[in-house]
Amino acid sequence: MTTTQDILAIQTRDLSIGYQDNRVINRLFENLNLTLSPGALTCFMGPNGIGKSTLIRTLAGLQKPIAGTVEYIFKGSPPENSNSSISLAKNVSVVLTDRISTVNMNVYELVSFGRYPYLGWGTRLSEEDKQIIQRSIDYVQIHHLRHSRIFELSDGQLQMAMIARALAQDTPIVLLDEPTAHLDLNNRLEIMNLLRKLARTMNKAILVATHELDLALQTADIIWLAGFDRTIVTGIPEDLVLNGTFDNIFQFKGFDLKTGKIHHEAHRKQTIHIEGSGHNYLWTRNALERCGFSFGGETATHTIIIDSEGATVQWRVDNSHRFNSIQALIDHLLHQSGN
Amino acid sequence: MEWITKNRWIVLPCTLFLLFIANLSLGSVRIPWMEIISILTGKVSDNPVWNDIVWDFRMTKALTCVLAGSALSVAGLQMQTLFRNALAGPDVLGLSSGASLMVSILLMSQVSGFTTPFAASPWAVVSAASIGSAAVFLVIAAISHRLHDNASLLIVGLMIGAATASVVSVLQFASKAEEQQPYLFWTFGNLGGLNWLEIKVLAIIVLIGTLIGIFSSRSLNAWLLGNNYAHSIGVNIPRSRFLIILSASMLTGGVTAFCGPIAFVGLAVPHLVKMIIKTHNHSVLIPAVLAGGSGFMLLCDILAQLPGNNYVIPINAITAIIGAPVVIWIILQGKRVSN
Repeated sequence: MTTTQDILAIQTRDLSIGYQDNRVINRLFENLNLTLSPGALTCFMGPNGIGKSTLIRTLAGLQKPIAGTVEYIFKGSPPENSNSSISLAKNVSVVLTDRISTVNMNVYELVSFGRYPYLGWGTRLSEEDKQIIQRSIDYVQIHHLRHSRIFELSDGQLQMAMIARALAQDTPIVLLDEPTAHLDLNNRLEIMNLLRKLARTMNKAILVATHELDLALQTADIIWLAGFDRTIVTGIPEDLVLNGTFDNIFQFKGFDLKTGKIHHEAHRKQTIHIEGSGHNYLWTRNALERCGFSFGGETATHTIIIDSEGATVQWRVDNSHRFNSIQALIDHLLHQSGN
Repeated sequence: MEWITKNRWIVLPCTLFLLFIANLSLGSVRIPWMEIISILTGKVSDNPVWNDIVWDFRMTKALTCVLAGSALSVAGLQMQTLFRNALAGPDVLGLSSGASLMVSILLMSQVSGFTTPFAASPWAVVSAASIGSAAVFLVIAAISHRLHDNASLLIVGLMIGAATASVVSVLQFASKAEEQQPYLFWTFGNLGGLNWLEIKVLAIIVLIGTLIGIFSSRSLNAWLLGNNYAHSIGVNIPRSRFLIILSASMLTGGVTAFCGPIAFVGLAVPHLVKMIIKTHNHSVLIPAVLAGGSGFMLLCDILAQLPGNNYVIPINAITAIIGAPVVIWIILQGKRVSN
């Protein structure tokens, strides 16, 4: 394991963040000592309104911390003047929730903003800039959209374009605030997989603020979990699930994170015994649990045998009735329990 | 044909040239076209009066149109971009309100008891308007350093406008009709009153303001993405905001000092230009708006002279008649502009 300093990307020291309004200080987090590592996808999770966006903006240098420091440690050369906005822009790129509302701008032009820290005086792009823009667009697979105007894009496409813009900025650190908000499942998965690929293949340090538990648990390498006592707990997802950190913070109401299922009260007298395997077994059991049945061994009230032959599946109840769907099966069982 | 579609921008300078010549050929004295062109090429006309009319009246007025139109349009473009508001114009910062206040005090000061000894001097109105604009600029510049978001700046500008308007109306209420008339004429706007020295001074102010604007092209583009993104791609936010405000203030303040408060040009021209040249890039937009603003102003001045030989409509009436439909169009298009 390498623990030398040159693999660090962001290190915070006793960082306190929040807002200062005249003399009233509203602290959202205190004494943070966090490390953001390259080559890993870090998901920053926490309930809504806890200050995820504020931390992202503070780490990006867009907002001043109340106390403590954010240090950027880059490979090879140390940053000569890390407070200058240009040198920061060459090392940290962001995807924010701010809306872009310009009429005369297409995707290619939006992505080209990523090259601004590298341009000289004017707005003319060099051949190298154009290649990097093209590569960034290709990387997120929106080549077919490059001439589309911004306002013609769907939310998912716009988010991809914003990620391409951040890629074009060619920074070792990428910070994203809720990049999957308002997107459907496919788009959310696509974006998270893309970010993970970026971390792996380009050795970038990627931080994603999100409140989407299921997605983060399955894609993140590291989780930063914001608690209510202004601290952040870090670890790999599996550890945080098993040691109950998630349960403490999210205060789940009827959701068992360890099994990934919602808890159902068994309120029916009948017990069921299921014989079967694989997905058929799993989903039959899920359905029956949801309907309030409990499960017993050989002495259960009903025995259900799942026969599957290729694509056709049949459910046999007590060796007397056959059903072609779980719905029909449950209708039968409910009818029985009604009598 | 292909060459024309590719080089549509060529329309602007050509139209501009034609409008300039048309503007020179119009006036209360009829001078033949050929004669005008020969006078312009440096030949002395047989009729010495024609010589003086072309050089000292028509040329100065046409040049004032060019300077005022281009300056106000660039200032309007800058304000629309900085505030990300399609309805912002050069006077949103309250500069022309400050100028109006000082000019009204100068011209209606008999009311307050003290007569300004230099009120008769031709530079008095210019000085008063400059002092008023400059004072408002200093207030805005001082505030802009303390404010984090641009919207607050917009509100401050509106408030300055409302406050000065009330002082002006008190002055008007307390003064006699004949004392009000000079001030009223000033508010109509006047493009014809400048001598060559005044034109030179105005030209220098407009040149410096425009150069700062061109220098800010790249950060103006970045402002389109909003404060946070602009910062994250390396724009020095306080410096860039100050330079843009400085440039817009020089352009607006200069024109208002010499020509009075000319309405609608700065609001309408950037939108008209963006209809023809569909880009967000200020490296292209600023030159285009310079040409468009000049052309628009020359056209308005031509229309102002159309009714008859000795009768000229106030320029603000014309700019508003052309400008108002444009503003209505903007609102109807609002879905695309502001979403």
